[in-house]
Amino acid sequence: MIKYILRRILMMIPVMLGVTIIVFTMMYITPGDPAEIILEDGATPEAVAELREEMGLDDPYLVRYFRFVSDLLHGDLGTCYAIGQPVFDRLVQTFPNTMKLAALAVLVSTTLGLLMGIISAAKQYSVFDNVAMALAMMGNAMPNFWQGLLLMLLFSLWLGWLPASGFSSFKHMILPAVTMGTSSAAIIARMTRSSMLEVIRADYISTARAKGQVEYRVILRHALKNALIPVVTIIGIQFGRQLGGAVLTESIFAIPGVGKMMVDAIKARNFPVVQGGVLMIALSLSIVNLLVDILYAYIDPRIKSQYK
Amino acid sequence: MSQQEKLLEIKNLTVHYATVDGTVRAVENLNLSVDAGQTLGLVGETGAGKTTTVKTIMRILPVPPSIIKNGEILYKGEDLLKKSQKEMRSIRGEKISMIFQDPMTSLNPVLTVGDQIKEAIELHTKVNKRKAFELAGDMLETVGIKRDRANDYPHQFSGGMKQRVVIAMALACNPELLIADEPTTALDVTIQAQVLELMKRLKVQYNTSMIMITHDLGIVAEICDYVAIMYAGEVVEYGTREDVFLRAQHPYTKGLFTCIPDMYSDDNRLIPIRGLMPDPSNLPSGCKFHTRCDYKCERCEKEEPSVVEVSSGHYVKCFFALPQNVASSKVSVKMPV
Ligand SMILES: Nc1ncnc2c1ncn2[C@@H]1O[C@H](COP(=O)(O)OP(=O)(O)OP(=O)(O)O)[C@@H](O)[C@H]1O
Ligand code: SF4
Ligand SMILES: [Mg+2]
Repeated sequence: MIKYILRRILMMIPVMLGVTIIVFTMMYITPGDPAEIILEDGATPEAVAELREEMGLDDPYLVRYFRFVSDLLHGDLGTCYAIGQPVFDRLVQTFPNTMKLAALAVLVSTTLGLLMGIISAAKQYSVFDNVAMALAMMGNAMPNFWQGLLLMLLFSLWLGWLPASGFSSFKHMILPAVTMGTSSAAIIARMTRSSMLEVIRADYISTARAKGQVEYRVILRHALKNALIPVVTIIGIQFGRQLGGAVLTESIFAIPGVGKMMVDAIKARNFPVVQGGVLMIALSLSIVNLLVDILYAYIDPRIKSQYK
Repeated sequence: MSQQEKLLEIKNLTVHYATVDGTVRAVENLNLSVDAGQTLGLVGETGAGKTTTVKTIMRILPVPPSIIKNGEILYKGEDLLKKSQKEMRSIRGEKISMIFQDPMTSLNPVLTVGDQIKEAIELHTKVNKRKAFELAGDMLETVGIKRDRANDYPHQFSGGMKQRVVIAMALACNPELLIADEPTTALDVTIQAQVLELMKRLKVQYNTSMIMITHDLGIVAEICDYVAIMYAGEVVEYGTREDVFLRAQHPYTKGLFTCIPDMYSDDNRLIPIRGLMPDPSNLPSGCKFHTRCDYKCERCEKEEPSVVEVSSGHYVKCFFALPQNVASSKVSVKMPV
């Protein structure tokens, strides 16, 4: 198992290398001269040329790419064009906010989704099941940003219970996390329900009942663990979606996270910041994937025995 | 027939499944009984309603779609169909245990076998976790598996060993009645013999009564004291093993015996008689076997035959059933009661 995890961590290296190529190339072919952007309007052509020279912007693609990677390996993600701060520092400021938000959103959606899914499956075709699945359909169909605006309207403007923007307290996190969490909750609920329904028909569930086990333990001890593999997969995917969705949600709620930072940077052609943001998100995604795979082994001993 | 203690008596049991394609009449007016210490063989083609019958005894039928229309299941004189689920839970696993058709799927893949046996023990006896686990190890040894394998998961066992684990689990609380639903069908022939041998030994050791569902007349001959032949949800012939093997009267039972391809073959599974079992959602009128019966007459298509006790304790549901000893036989309308 340890060996498997180490191997998986090693395998992340080529993946991340691939990401650097894509990120670097995209920025490379994007029109716009960084030197001009830094110097702003009205700079003399000589000054621009001098800065280009200094930044090595006239070097060939490969030279620039290798410089990019070697800087990266030294922990240097470049410098923000706008405020001259190292990108690394900007990530340190923004990334925790994004993670907090994504984690809270995943927590909300997992709790809600699992609960609804389990009860719906245990009481298939009941009123609860029908209502929950109708809600899940709606939750899934409503676009996130629109939901966010509605929630803001209701809880901030009309009821005044929660702040509409900013990120200075836990209260500020509730609306964005719920916005991000609802559609994931819907997806997780439906996956849990269908996976549970499949498992509940299995013989070993009848075996558990035939032993005289009480129903809730049949569901939680025998059925849920077997139904969890596809659910965990979905939760991992949702986590990725949350990180991606942060770009939008953070802009709507004015949260100083990686997403908002990137949107602002793209508008200003602040390339190093965009690169840093993408790399950070890609890294978190690979780590989440690894965690999901490790979780599989803890859930299913058959998978564990394959992890050699 | 000696007035032995009846452990289980099923009277006029009718179980249907309500499906989108209509009502499946899986079990119709079924009568059966199991005497203490005896083994009853329940034989019939696929779809005859065997599993439905025994799952009804355990009260573990899926609740929609199944509906218990009618009948009584008397266990030591008490009607199981009138018991609450809570009362049933103290009967399941402790008084009546069940082994399911397929050992490959009847163990939970994510729990160790030790935990699964332990669970049954913990539910019905007041011992602490450690003691329960130790008892689970004892049970494994009883069925011929080393106790240190208790921490292994089902996928680490072969099919035959899995079925041994299932047997250990079913016998863990020393039940009075063991229901085995085709316990060997899914196994290799050689493994079948071993598992059967084990069951025979444990049945004596634990003094359990048994209902053995099977397609295999060889198994019936080997371990059953009584035999019930099921067809389309009802029992068409019931009697001692000798009654049914040597003096079978129902055309269906006779058909089953002539269909054994090779008396010396290991595989004595039923090769069904010509034709197919009628669709249980659309059963024929009169005698349900008339669509396949070589002896049918006009009456068979219109009227349902009643059950005839052809000799003491030997019942046949056919118009042409002949009482063998006129002095001692009588026509009755019910199966053994
Ligand atoms: N959950 C269910 N819903 C609808 N119909 C069912 C259900 N379970 C069983 N049936 C139907 O009831 C009839 C009897 O099934 P049952 O499983 O009792 O047969 P069986 O004698 O055990 O057959 P086999 O030898 O194949 O195990 C069959 O026609 C089957 O299709
Ligand atoms: S009653 Fe008629 S159709 Fe039915 S088994 Fe007897 S002879 Fe055949
Ligand atoms: Mg069956």
